[in-house]
Amino acid sequence: MKRIIACVKPVPDPKHWDRVSLDPETMTLRREGIPNVVNPLDRQAVEAALQIKEALGGEVVLLSMAPPFAASTIREMLAMGADRAVLLSDHLFAGSDTLATSRILAAGVKQIGAFDLILCGNMTLDGSTAQVPSQLAELLDIPNLMHITKIEWPDPNLCRLTQRIENGQIVWEASPPLLISVVKEINKPRYISFLGIIEAEKKELAVWSNEVLKIEPKLLGLAGSPTKMAGLTIRRSRRAKEILTGEAEDLARALAQRLVRKGFL
Amino acid sequence: MTTKKDDRGGLWVLAEQHQGVLAEVGLELLGKARELADQGGFQVTAVLLGDRVKGLADELIAAGADQVLAAEDPALEPYHLLPYTQVITDLIKEHQPEILLIGATALGVELAPRAAARLGAGLSAHCIDLQLDDQGRLLQVVPGWGGGVLATITCPDHRPQMATVMPGVMKSRGDPQRQGQVIEAAVDLPQDQPGPRVIEVSRREPQGLPLEKAEIVVAGGWGVGSAEKWSLVEELAELLDGAVGATRPPLDEGWAGEDQMIGQSGKTVRPKLYIGLGISGMMHHVVGMDQSEFVVAVNQDPQAAIFEVCDLGLVADLTELLPILITEIKKLKGSD
Repeated sequence: MKRIIACVKPVPDPKHWDRVSLDPETMTLRREGIPNVVNPLDRQAVEAALQIKEALGGEVVLLSMAPPFAASTIREMLAMGADRAVLLSDHLFAGSDTLATSRILAAGVKQIGAFDLILCGNMTLDGSTAQVPSQLAELLDIPNLMHITKIEWPDPNLCRLTQRIENGQIVWEASPPLLISVVKEINKPRYISFLGIIEAEKKELAVWSNEVLKIEPKLLGLAGSPTKMAGLTIRRSRRAKEILTGEAEDLARALAQRLVRKGFL
Repeated sequence: MTTKKDDRGGLWVLAEQHQGVLAEVGLELLGKARELADQGGFQVTAVLLGDRVKGLADELIAAGADQVLAAEDPALEPYHLLPYTQVITDLIKEHQPEILLIGATALGVELAPRAAARLGAGLSAHCIDLQLDDQGRLLQVVPGWGGGVLATITCPDHRPQMATVMPGVMKSRGDPQRQGQVIEAAVDLPQDQPGPRVIEVSRREPQGLPLEKAEIVVAGGWGVGSAEKWSLVEELAELLDGAVGATRPPLDEGWAGEDQMIGQSGKTVRPKLYIGLGISGMMHHVVGMDQSEFVVAVNQDPQAAIFEVCDLGLVADLTELLPILITEIKKLKGSD
């Protein structure tokens, strides 16, 4: 194994999502003051990459497309043990949908150079589309598999991958180059050590703008995105919200009676 | 000879099948497609990929398809991503449909983005509603930020307009009297396909009543507290002839199985009665149960977000409430 690329994305910390509000003038989301964290599944992707490196050698390169403030989040993944990182950052990238994002990541991968594997989390928490892994693989013209729960290496050029499907699983055999997206049960990401944090400070974190990637601007951002946002609403529930408090016994009876009245019993 | 009606601009649905068994979500999407097509004057085409699968066409026509486009080749069974992508994108280039809907199954979420990238088409994920605007363009309503925000997505300049929809979100409807035609699509795949090879497929028969079909769902969350108390959740569901659902923590704890998870990365349920026990009400979960008819929530934290999305909420300790509730229901059932 020569090189494994692990994709990581900083996302707004889901613990604070209730602080998201809508700007009625611009129809955009206000997310000021919400701290960023590494997309949870990306830790599993980095852990999987590190385990492969430990077994088969090679370097682990982190790849992210995000605003410059993401550097500290990416540094955290360097502290986990990745060798170096590339952050793709340019105002031209803002507003990219999954296809434009995948174009940018694909250009980043090509700029990094030859690779054996790309590892991704199966989805990110903020967009939750789970579309980038397949789109990135397509643009790089390599095969991909999603929902991977296990990676084994019968020999260094052949991996055996377990994929979760509805009510079961599929076991695949594949050879690099390959893009693999992983789900939570694949591993338990390692803790970040104090030494890891110190070492991460010395690791290379390159920031590449579109001057490096040289993608036609019409393929980037809003202009390069086939999907457009036509409207945004904060979801509000129209339910009755009748809230009962009191002794458990009274509440249990009240519920049972209600179920009878509604015809469920 | 009559001129063949131009089949461009149709509304397509991927009819997912495995070993000759159709995935429910394809039938659900045909139900929605029929509704949109009647409104927008589209022709509905079910696209069926596999090996010797034409026999499934009647079911697809009954579910709403005007025609079934069947692409048959041994390389299409079992499913492999690369040949599937090639066949479906070739068919799209040839027939130029206006819209393509795909179920957000394990297969669909892998295939749809890959096909969209090859075509340069726009794709929205996990739509919870689909509508047509006054110009017949597809409005795709998707949840974001764990479901707290709803965005309407359009694909104004690229075709087809592609969208995935989770199983259970749309309702299937069958009309056995419906007529339609079956068209065989020419498939030209090389014998030796590149890419990953299937070594083994294992599918279990799902046990009991499938969650998506249950009229009553009793769901538990972290607040249930232990495996022992989880059995009370199961007992309540059984008493009500319902199915048991869960949020993510009970899965992590091993109380519930993967196929019981409700929410953005699990199943979407729309039962007549949903009872949420010890569930905080994170939007990830709510987006999977919000279409239920009557929602009951029990949580000991009066501030729990689930109380914002319920019809009836009980602020109570489950350890106290559940045994009494079960006894009460047994009494009521006994006096029938």
